[in-house]
Amino acid sequence: MFSVFEYVLMAFYVAVLMIISRWIGQQAFSWMPPQATTEAQRVDDLFSFLVSIGVFIFLGLIGIMVYAIVFHRASPKDYSEGHPSRGDARLEILWTATPTLLVVWIALQSFNIYQQLNILGLNQIVHLHTPLESAPAYAATVSDVPKPASETIDVFAKQWDWSFRYPNNVTSNQLHLPINRSTRLNLQAQDVIHGFYVPEFRLKQDIVPGRKINLVLTPIREGKYRLKDSQFSGTYFALMETDVYVESLDKYNQWLTQTANSEQTPANQAVAENIQPPKTLFNSGWYTVAPAQPAVANKRKLTNDT
Amino acid sequence: MTHDLSEDITGDQESKNYQNKSENTWREYFSFNTDHKVIGVQYMVMTFIFFLIGGLLAMLIRAELLTPESNLVDRPLYNGLFTMHGTIMIFLWIIPFNAGLSNYLVPLMIGARDMSFPLLNAISFWILPPAGLLLLSSFFLPNGTAQAGWWSYPPISLQVPGDQFINGEFIWIVSLVLIGISSIMGAVNFVTTIFWMRAPGMTFFRMPVFVWSVFSAQLLQLINLPALTAALILLLFDLSFGTQFFKPDANGDPIIYQHLFWFYSHPAVYIMALPAFGIFAEVLPAFSRNPLFGYRSVAIATLGIAAVSIFVWVHHMFTSATPGWMRMTFMATSMLVAIPTGIKAFAWTATIWRSKLHLETPMLFAMGGAAMFIFGGVTGVMLAATPFDIHVNNTYFVVGHFHYIVFNTITMAIFAAIYYWFPKITGRMYAEGWGKLHFWLTFIPANITFFSMHPLGLQGMLRRVSSYDPQYQGWNVIASLGSFLLGASTLPFIANMVGSWLYGPKAVNNPWHATGLEWTTSSPPPPENFQEIPVVTKPPYDYGDPKYSVVLDADNGE
Repeated sequence: MFSVFEYVLMAFYVAVLMIISRWIGQQAFSWMPPQATTEAQRVDDLFSFLVSIGVFIFLGLIGIMVYAIVFHRASPKDYSEGHPSRGDARLEILWTATPTLLVVWIALQSFNIYQQLNILGLNQIVHLHTPLESAPAYAATVSDVPKPASETIDVFAKQWDWSFRYPNNVTSNQLHLPINRSTRLNLQAQDVIHGFYVPEFRLKQDIVPGRKINLVLTPIREGKYRLKDSQFSGTYFALMETDVYVESLDKYNQWLTQTANSEQTPANQAVAENIQPPKTLFNSGWYTVAPAQPAVANKRKLTNDT
Repeated sequence: MTHDLSEDITGDQESKNYQNKSENTWREYFSFNTDHKVIGVQYMVMTFIFFLIGGLLAMLIRAELLTPESNLVDRPLYNGLFTMHGTIMIFLWIIPFNAGLSNYLVPLMIGARDMSFPLLNAISFWILPPAGLLLLSSFFLPNGTAQAGWWSYPPISLQVPGDQFINGEFIWIVSLVLIGISSIMGAVNFVTTIFWMRAPGMTFFRMPVFVWSVFSAQLLQLINLPALTAALILLLFDLSFGTQFFKPDANGDPIIYQHLFWFYSHPAVYIMALPAFGIFAEVLPAFSRNPLFGYRSVAIATLGIAAVSIFVWVHHMFTSATPGWMRMTFMATSMLVAIPTGIKAFAWTATIWRSKLHLETPMLFAMGGAAMFIFGGVTGVMLAATPFDIHVNNTYFVVGHFHYIVFNTITMAIFAAIYYWFPKITGRMYAEGWGKLHFWLTFIPANITFFSMHPLGLQGMLRRVSSYDPQYQGWNVIASLGSFLLGASTLPFIANMVGSWLYGPKAVNNPWHATGLEWTTSSPPPPENFQEIPVVTKPPYDYGDPKYSVVLDADNGE
């Protein structure tokens, strides 16, 4: 079927593809937001791996197509056959086995990484039966010993407002998390399904009204992030955002005590926009659910604004 | 797959029974006609109009997203726009267009005079225009259209003004149930036709892959559509009659709706995609002059995709309070989809390999679509991996991925099909130069628009937002400009189709020198399709046969 020269050419092409796909796979880390949790590192490793495989397959097939377009064009009047081959059992078995092995490999990798996330705390709402407890083989950066979360914060989502209740019964519209400690979030929704999502954390969890859903995460990078609602929740869906602060334990505790003593002024984007809609070119005047008044908001002292 | 009367394949004799009727034929398309060819054209033209409407909505959405703040449409209208865009594009464009194309081609390809149930066929088409108009009419309601996305998840979809019985959501549900009834009728018809109406000698493994793919897709309609209908009816009861199936504050369970919904709406993706793969399998061999490589395994892979797709629906719900064992199970099943689709992609590539390529418009669209399908498939495997999906679920990465499938693959395949069978359907030839222009105006902006969505999603921009953080503006502007070009690309297409249909040069019976029974009839085919029912003696894609290689008549309508 092929001449020696063609085999050499193909081997060379595969080698080049491997180098390119490996390189693009390395680039994939930079396409993601910063890694702010241990979970994020795992997810990005997986993404890089998937990108490498994907680029290899994509460029491999596109390369063949482009090669055919360049070298196998027929003259306009030539309607004779290209090659008489109707199939080749060996080739077909090969290209059935290849994706099979690839997806088994991908699935095992994903399963391993999922197990690590799980041990770190993507714990389940409904235990219908216990998932397989297989400790993953490679655990370089973080110890994978399951540990109880050191903090528990209640998260309340309603249209279109986030509020958080801290262990000392302080309630705020901002989520503050101590760095390098695992925090358990008890997610609760009041009216419709919302979603807890901070892109830098790589974690997302829908919050279903009437269910208590837990999420455990370990932030590892100080900074200010945005918490977003990830499940469509109606008119002001895009405005359901709030600030997330990851800070040292001292700062976190300092903020808690300050907030407990500070006055409360509710402030909420959805409420504000409902009262004073922005000027748009088209105004439909269609019905919308009135935003719930924010439960509470805290005016924060400037000292915490880092 | 040839027909024994070896008529010269390029003979441009005009069909006798079609001559003196040309000034009256347009009336047929507005009548309750039971001929599958008329019904097919009715479907295709009507759905194309809905495609244009859906595209306009999409351009409005993209215009709103040019800037971070909300300044073109107010938020309820924006939510109505993306809801209607999704609904129209899926339920009034791709699925019914495929039904129309299948309607036209399946009887011709298997050597039948018509579908099994011609009257049912006409009814299943005529349900659609009222249902579509009903859906569009909700724009004129005082409180507007449905605004809960095309998923229409409760409880958000149940939040409608309480004092109005007829509201956007109500109309949306009724319209979708009607379209579902139409689809079921069509599915019964197709499965029966393919089972019982095949010509003598047309065994299953002599059927073109397009027929296989229609068969698989319509089986999925039969098996899975009832789940959606049930979900919609329960939702309607919740919405209008005070039941509490999905209301969490009354012990209902909104997650059950998601399961019922995706139990149909994931297979729906394959109901849309399988005919597209079938089109690739017809067009690629014809223009590469090679038999379809590994025909038998491609046919079986088609059924395999259909079978696997029934068991993957939870991958849309990885973040929806889904327990870990379920996440892992459905991750594994979703990965399985890559195997039969991989077989197909490799078979297309091997068909093109060492071929004699003729790059006419249908081939450009088919190759472009196949190439972009590989990209969409790669991102699809990524999304099947649960840990990664948890990050990008509900972001623009997903939007980019499925638009690579539904636009860059399926709609490209549909365009390939329109150009490929245009001479057969209309009896005239389209303008090749305009066709090529249309291809480049579609291919490049489509990639610009939908590729841009992937980085946005990785960075965490959520889908369905009407305003966004300023950091996302760059890619959004690129995507929006691409989408406006994409909208403009339909203009040369419309001009070409309308002009060629009216004034194009007369087409010969088989302008592409292609195999397949549909090319043995005149263009357009006579009312009963065949003077006498052909007897099939050969496997499909018989491109080595001198009958197709020797050009007797150089004039093939170009």
